[in-house]
Parts: sequence; C-alpha cells; structure tokens
Amino acid sequence: MSMKKKGKEKVVKQKFSWSLMWKQRYLLAMSVPFLIWLIIFKYIPLWGWTMAFQEVKPNSFALPVWKRKFVGFANFIQTFQDRLFKQTMLNTIGISILGIFLGTFAAIIFALLLNEICFNKFKKVTQTISYLPHFVSWVIIASIAKMFLNDGGALDVLFGKKLHLMSSNSPLFWVVVCLINVWKEVGWDAIIYLSAMAGIDQGLYEAAKVDGASRFQRMWHITLPGIKPTVVVLLIMSIGGALNVGMERQMLLSNGIVQDHAMVLSWFAYVRGIGTNNYGLGTAIGMFQSVVGIVLLLIANKIAGLLGESRLI
Amino acid sequence: MQVNKKSKVKTKKQPFDYVLVAIFLVVIVITIYPFLNVLAISFNDPIDTMRNVNFIIPRKFTVHNYVYIFTENNLISPFLVSVARTLIGTATGVFCTSMLAYVLSRNDFYFNKLFTMLFIITMYVSGGMVPEYLLLTRTLKMGNSFWVYILPGVIWVYNVILIRSFINGLPQALQEAAMIDGANDFTIWWKIILPLCKPVLATVALFIAVGQWNSFMDTYLYARDLKTLQYILYEIMEQATLKIDPHTAEEQLKNTVSPLSIRMAVTIVATVPILIVYPFLQKYFVGGMTIGAVKD
Repeated sequence: MSMKKKGKEKVVKQKFSWSLMWKQRYLLAMSVPFLIWLIIFKYIPLWGWTMAFQEVKPNSFALPVWKRKFVGFANFIQTFQDRLFKQTMLNTIGISILGIFLGTFAAIIFALLLNEICFNKFKKVTQTISYLPHFVSWVIIASIAKMFLNDGGALDVLFGKKLHLMSSNSPLFWVVVCLINVWKEVGWDAIIYLSAMAGIDQGLYEAAKVDGASRFQRMWHITLPGIKPTVVVLLIMSIGGALNVGMERQMLLSNGIVQDHAMVLSWFAYVRGIGTNNYGLGTAIGMFQSVVGIVLLLIANKIAGLLGESRLI
Repeated sequence: MQVNKKSKVKTKKQPFDYVLVAIFLVVIVITIYPFLNVLAISFNDPIDTMRNVNFIIPRKFTVHNYVYIFTENNLISPFLVSVARTLIGTATGVFCTSMLAYVLSRNDFYFNKLFTMLFIITMYVSGGMVPEYLLLTRTLKMGNSFWVYILPGVIWVYNVILIRSFINGLPQALQEAAMIDGANDFTIWWKIILPLCKPVLATVALFIAVGQWNSFMDTYLYARDLKTLQYILYEIMEQATLKIDPHTAEEQLKNTVSPLSIRMAVTIVATVPILIVYPFLQKYFVGGMTIGAVKD
C-alpha cells in the first residue's frame, strides 16, 4: 500500500552530524526501540531462512548456524517430491483464484447495486449489517458454518436432502470455502469500491442523463470505468498474495473427510515443519511460498504498468 | 460512503429502486439469519433443539446453556484472558503505532527514509511460520506466556501507514508554532498530534481490538495453556464432531446439555462484544479504510 507520489514533499538533503542527532534525540528515542523490535520479530525470522538450506531438528536447532548440517537444496527437493505437495499446490492455487474471482466480482456487484439505492437510511442499515461477519473470527464462522453445512445441518434440513457440502472429498470444498469467504467479506470489500464511486465526478452522470443514457448505461459506462484503477490495484495486491491462503480458515473449516482438498501451503508448512519437527523442511516450504509471492507481485505490477494503470510499487 | 446530497435531485422512484431494496433485503436475511439462528439455539432447550434446528425464536426458552458454560465448562478464565489481551494489546498497540507513525511522518528526521523502508519491506516479505515459531518458543522462550499475545504483534505496519498519512494531512503550522515555543518532539506528539488524530486512532484501536479478541492462531501455535475464548470454542468444536445417537442421547441429556447447544452459547459469548462495539465506530473505520487505500 505505498503508492508514493514523487515530488510531493520537499526533501532537504541533510548531512549526518552528531549535533543533528542530538537535535533529533527525541525522535530517535521514539523510534529506535521499534526498530529493535522490528529486527527481533521480523528480521531474525527472515534470517531464519538459512534453515531452509540446513537439516534442522529440535536437537540441532540450539547449535549455531555454522555448525548445523548444510544440505543445499535437499529440503526444497524433498518438498517438491512430497506425496502431498502436488495436491497442496493445486488446492492453494484453486482456492486462491476462485476466491479472488468470486470475491472481487461479488464486492463490485454489491457496491454497484448499493450505490444505486436512493433510500439513504436503508442503505446505511444494509451497510452496517454487511460489515458484521467481517468482524467475527474464523472460529466463530466455522462453528456456525459447520452447524449449517454439515450433514444433517440446518441447510440439509431446509432443502430436505443431503447436500454433502462439507463431506465430499472433491474440489466442491474449494467452492464452499470461497462462498463462505464471500459471505464474510463482501460488505467490507465493497467499502473501497463505494468510496471510489463516491469520487466519480457527478457532472458525468448529469451529462449522461441529459444525453438520455439509461440507468444501466450510466452504471456500465461511468461507474465501472470510474472504479477501474481501484480494481486493478486491488487485483495486483491479491495476485501478490495468491499463495498466502491462510492456514487458520482452512484448518477450522475442514474435517477429516475433506482434508485432501483443504490442505494449503501454509498449513503444509505447519504439518511438515512443526508437526513432524523437521524445521528445515518447514522453513523451505514457507520460503518457497514467500519467494513465489514476491515474483507474482512483481509480475502483476509490471503488467499493470504496461496496461497503463496505476502501479503499486 | 455518503451520497452526494447536493447533486441528487429528488426524482420519482422507479420500479428498479424497489427491486434493489428487495435484493438487499435478501442479502440482509442471508447475513443475519445464521446469527439469529445461533442465538435462538443457545437459548433453547437442548433436547427440543434436536428435533429441528431451523428457528430464530427459542421454542422452549432456557438460560441453562449459559449457566452451564460459565459454571461447568469454566469459561471464566479464558474469558478474562481474552479481555486482558484485548485491553492491554489495544492500549500498547495504539500507543506504539501512533508514536512510530508520528516519527515517520517527520520529513526532517534524518533516518525517516531508511526506517520507513525497513518497516514496509516486512509487509511483503516475512520469515514464515516455522522461523517465527522457533524464535518465539525456542529462542525467546515466550511459549505459554501472556507476552506472546502482546509483543510480537504490537505494531502492524499497515496501521502505521494509516496514521502517518492522517498526520501528513494535518496543517503543518501547528507543529511549527509549537516548535518555536520550544516544545520537544515528544510533547508535540503527545499534546498536539494525538488529540487531532482521534478519528484515525479510533479506527486503529478497533482494528487492533478486533484482531486481539478474534486471535486464534497464536494460542494454537504458542500458548495452548493460556486459553482464550476463541480457543475454547475451537476445542468444543473439535469434541462435538462425535455423533450422538438421538435415542440414547435423550436419556443422557435429561439433566445436562448437548454439545451443539453449548457450542452455540459459547459462539454467542465470543461474538457479542464485537457486535456491541463495531457499529459505533463505523464512521471512523470507513474513513480510515479510504485513507489507507487511496492516499498512500
């Protein structure tokens, strides 16, 4: 989220001097502790990536880095040859793409329709209600979802037949997860599109009205192009995070039957890394996920630049 | 999110307007029905619930489920842990985030560029779960301590950016006047900047508080002995997967409660605090979201 606008701020190039440091001692005191925090909690785990090239088990973790056994890319090779790896990648990408597609589509439709509502009170109440699931934790959502979707749950009773939504070992589970996610986030995700719509020049609508454009034509030719830059930026961000399907949601919504289709990379890293105490392997899986994510982000950013849209970085 | 009131001329309502209302009424029902259903089950007699779970008004009203979870299940200590981490986490989080954001908003600060870059990098690259797990449990030995809920997440870079861009939007003259009067940077932050930042601080406080209250993974990974409400709900959910035979169950349940009813009651206890807070902060976080996404 750092779209820097160049030349906005006048930067005075300062030379380092101890008197300047003394002058800024309060600013230093107010920020250096957080820098230390950052190094400990964010950069030391990054340094931990060295473990991806070593054999690290609980007893060898205490050893200094140079005394651990160096194994080269063995952890990565082991990851790619893992019997679960192929299905895990398939799940991660499948859930991710389906989620981005459904999520973006639903949020845009939601915003587009809500924007057209002319009863202000009703609009406000609708929005407030639509935020509710966003603020509720995945544990709670899972608790409710399982009550509704499990065999013999409320939805089965409602339709009078077994839908097997949570008990079929097939990509149906991807759809179920993504739809639950849409239910949870659609109102929240629409905020950003609604604010983009509020920024569209009202004069355009007036002019279109004079020219005799119908309501749908105005939505299609003014509102949608008006939010296009926002959509592109958000898509870039979500493509950058395409492999970061959260373990929490997957673990909580899944059960023994659907687990094959619920397993995603981050969960896989947990199972192999912490579950079986093979820290080197777990780190390698996490590193793979992170590096691919950065590459994806850079590619998406480049494409957006080529298309003449606003870029993220 | 406001409609541009000036330019919106009062026009005759078209049929489409009512179609829209109908569509969103359906959306509202789909959003709210599950919560009402859960609420109703939590207040309903467990045996009666087994007949059919589709209802939003308790058929046989009872508070027994709630009495049970707070006495037998001992929900009090997890509840207190959840409350404590939310209060302490939010207070320290808002304090630290806003302080750092102020420093990074100062263009005359020598290390501004460097520090900003170091923080922003961590938004895109992180060590991942295993190195973080090892750092917290093995190196820092914070496993099962309360600090594991507070320290690692005391600053979210996204919130820093949110507050920083808000501060950048404030008039510079105030700070300059205070500087001429000889106020130091800490005083300027505390006495001048913070009071002006209330809207964005409310947003950030809400984000942190919701994150703390809802947090589950940190308990799962680092502190299973220090259970929170969310973790208890998870445990109950895992136990409840055992199928109960309705014929024998009725006998067993005469003077007890069913797993489903317990779970629904705990679900409500974990949801209600959020339900109470977020509608009142709505005007703040909607604005906050927009600042974060559009301006910076």
